[in-house]
Amino acid sequence: MGRPSATRTGASRPVAGPPGRRAPGDVRERLEATGYLVDDGLAVACFLALKLRRPIFCEGDAGVGKTSLASALAAALDAPLIRLQCYEGIDASQALYDWDFPRQLLHLRAAEAAGVTDADRLEGELYGRRFLVARPLLRALETQPCVLLVDEIDRADDEFEAFLLELLSEYTVTVPELGTLRAESPPVVVLTSNRTREVHDALKRRCLYHWFDHPGFARELAIVRRRLPGVTARLAEQVTGLVQALRAEDLVKPPGVAETIDWAEALDALGATEVDAELAVATLGSVLKYREDLERARGLDLAALLSVRGA
Amino acid sequence: MRGAGREVTGTERGAGVEERAGAYVDVPAVLVGFARALRAAGVEAGPDRVQAFLGALDVLRPGMRSDVYWSGRLTLCGSRDDLERYDRVFAAYFGGAASGGRGMRAAPPPRLRMTVRDAGPAPRAQVEGERDAVPTAVLASSAEVLRHRDFAGLTDAERGQLRRLLAAFALRGELRRTARLRPARRGVVDPRRTVREVLRRGGEPAPPRMRARAERPRRVVLLVDVSGSMAAYADALLRFAHAAAHAGPYGGRARTEVFTIGTRLTRVTRELTHRDPEAAMAAVAAAVPDWRGGTRLGELLRGFLDRWGQRGMARGAVVVVLSDGWERGDPELLAAQMRRLHRLAHRVIWANPRKARPDYAPLAAGMAAALPSVDSFVEGHSLAALERLAAVVRGAGDA
Repeated sequence: MGRPSATRTGASRPVAGPPGRRAPGDVRERLEATGYLVDDGLAVACFLALKLRRPIFCEGDAGVGKTSLASALAAALDAPLIRLQCYEGIDASQALYDWDFPRQLLHLRAAEAAGVTDADRLEGELYGRRFLVARPLLRALETQPCVLLVDEIDRADDEFEAFLLELLSEYTVTVPELGTLRAESPPVVVLTSNRTREVHDALKRRCLYHWFDHPGFARELAIVRRRLPGVTARLAEQVTGLVQALRAEDLVKPPGVAETIDWAEALDALGATEVDAELAVATLGSVLKYREDLERARGLDLAALLSVRGA
Repeated sequence: MRGAGREVTGTERGAGVEERAGAYVDVPAVLVGFARALRAAGVEAGPDRVQAFLGALDVLRPGMRSDVYWSGRLTLCGSRDDLERYDRVFAAYFGGAASGGRGMRAAPPPRLRMTVRDAGPAPRAQVEGERDAVPTAVLASSAEVLRHRDFAGLTDAERGQLRRLLAAFALRGELRRTARLRPARRGVVDPRRTVREVLRRGGEPAPPRMRARAERPRRVVLLVDVSGSMAAYADALLRFAHAAAHAGPYGGRARTEVFTIGTRLTRVTRELTHRDPEAAMAAVAAAVPDWRGGTRLGELLRGFLDRWGQRGMARGAVVVVLSDGWERGDPELLAAQMRRLHRLAHRVIWANPRKARPDYAPLAAGMAAALPSVDSFVEGHSLAALERLAAVVRGAGDA
């Protein structure tokens, strides 16, 4: 992605922001302290998300760290992470709240046995807060502070998107039987999408849009080193170099950072301190998940690739 | 900073909106101008996005090049396709794409805007990137394109009639059961509605309410070949796609995806969202750069699968390829990609306008390579054939 290189020098400069304001550099440090390395754009995105209370809309290939951003933010803010996994057909009762029917029925029975005849009072009791089961969205509104992860929003239907849009613009929920519940301070929201479907523009407009690229060699190496401190420097370098080379190949599914970490971990578990071509081929299954890709990678001269980077 | 002009101080030099001869720069005006240039380039940066942009800069440093870059990119863009345009316009507007830390020039009244206004009958190459903002140019070029691409044997009146007929098309995917439960007469007990009913009766037992799995049509993906050999059909097929994308249930929009294939793969679902068929066709004409080129079906299919299909767009969907199967590239690649598509999709349908000819045999290398991975092979040359195609997509009338 041809972005101006000026950005690289720009945001990393220490900034003396006005008191009380967290500058992007500060946010970045806090995220990196949790082991999640961010680039300039993501640092600005997180800063703005916290400052303006806007959701971050994350798009990018699988395994580039969209979902783990949410857990990193939660760790950095020392706030609980509430996760909503979207799927086709998800609706408000699965995402927002539901009533605890068995307990309501039980209560009804007990009331009957005790001879209660006042139906109004009974109904009032039945639809009280104690029978309400909070699902992730309602829990996120009630928990302060918290990070809400809405994972794979592109899998949900458009009706759900519209519902989410409403929720994210007001941060209030109306339960007909109870009234309106409002978040005192809105949660930090991270939405992820794998782009199987175009998410409605109205929802995106509410959000900060961030595209996740595969990291370059240096940053990916740093991520591997940070995530797997036990792995030797040489192994981490070799694995990162190999994955970067594989990404340049014409693969069905180019490996993400998650696969790089898996590979290094697998090799480490085998007791390896460095990789040779034979070992690399034997463990390719932890990086490449398609038969076509495996065949293609086996056809490559891995030894040559290793010597380029490993020298 | 919002609303008012702002003095750019010396300390912000090296990044900021460069002072022109030490003058006063109206920062919001510059930024709004930038947003306008973006819109001209096809990024849908509406007023609320611009407001978010200004709001973001309010808490950042509006004089800082990197902050302007990132807050604009985060707030004004809405898809990956926007990013490339954004980078281009940012470089053009603020100058110096790759210079480290050099000040961004307060844009010379941007050239981009000039091209927009004076577009007129712009050369095609220029129109491509700037579709939304150049209606005149688009209309002119699309009229040109449409004139050359229409059914050869039709009179104007016939063509008009064909268009009206095509506009009435509905394309509905085969039904599948969803995870969602809807009230129904038969099924499993719906506790929520049952409890309501019991309450309504003041605690008296009531017959249980039932619910059952809802059904929804599958997503339909249309891949329309617009290469030279399909020139006589592309217009009609795209109008068919437009009608299909609109007439479905749920507004149809989210369920039907349309791509054009030729020398390039272009997603035109968004262009087809115009309700008016003429406006939609004009938008498509402007978005598709490769009318009447050759066909590299295998390569483009791979592009589709890599970028969209594998991530889920083709998964469980009904995928329709509207093409004559003329392949310029390697038929083996096409065969491999068709196998991949077949594994992902619920059904793969191939509609070939040339199939209707009496002496037709699938001898074109591409067609022969693709056929083993096709569930239904149908015609696509006439209204009747398209009706039949719609029936096959619906899951009725198997071919």
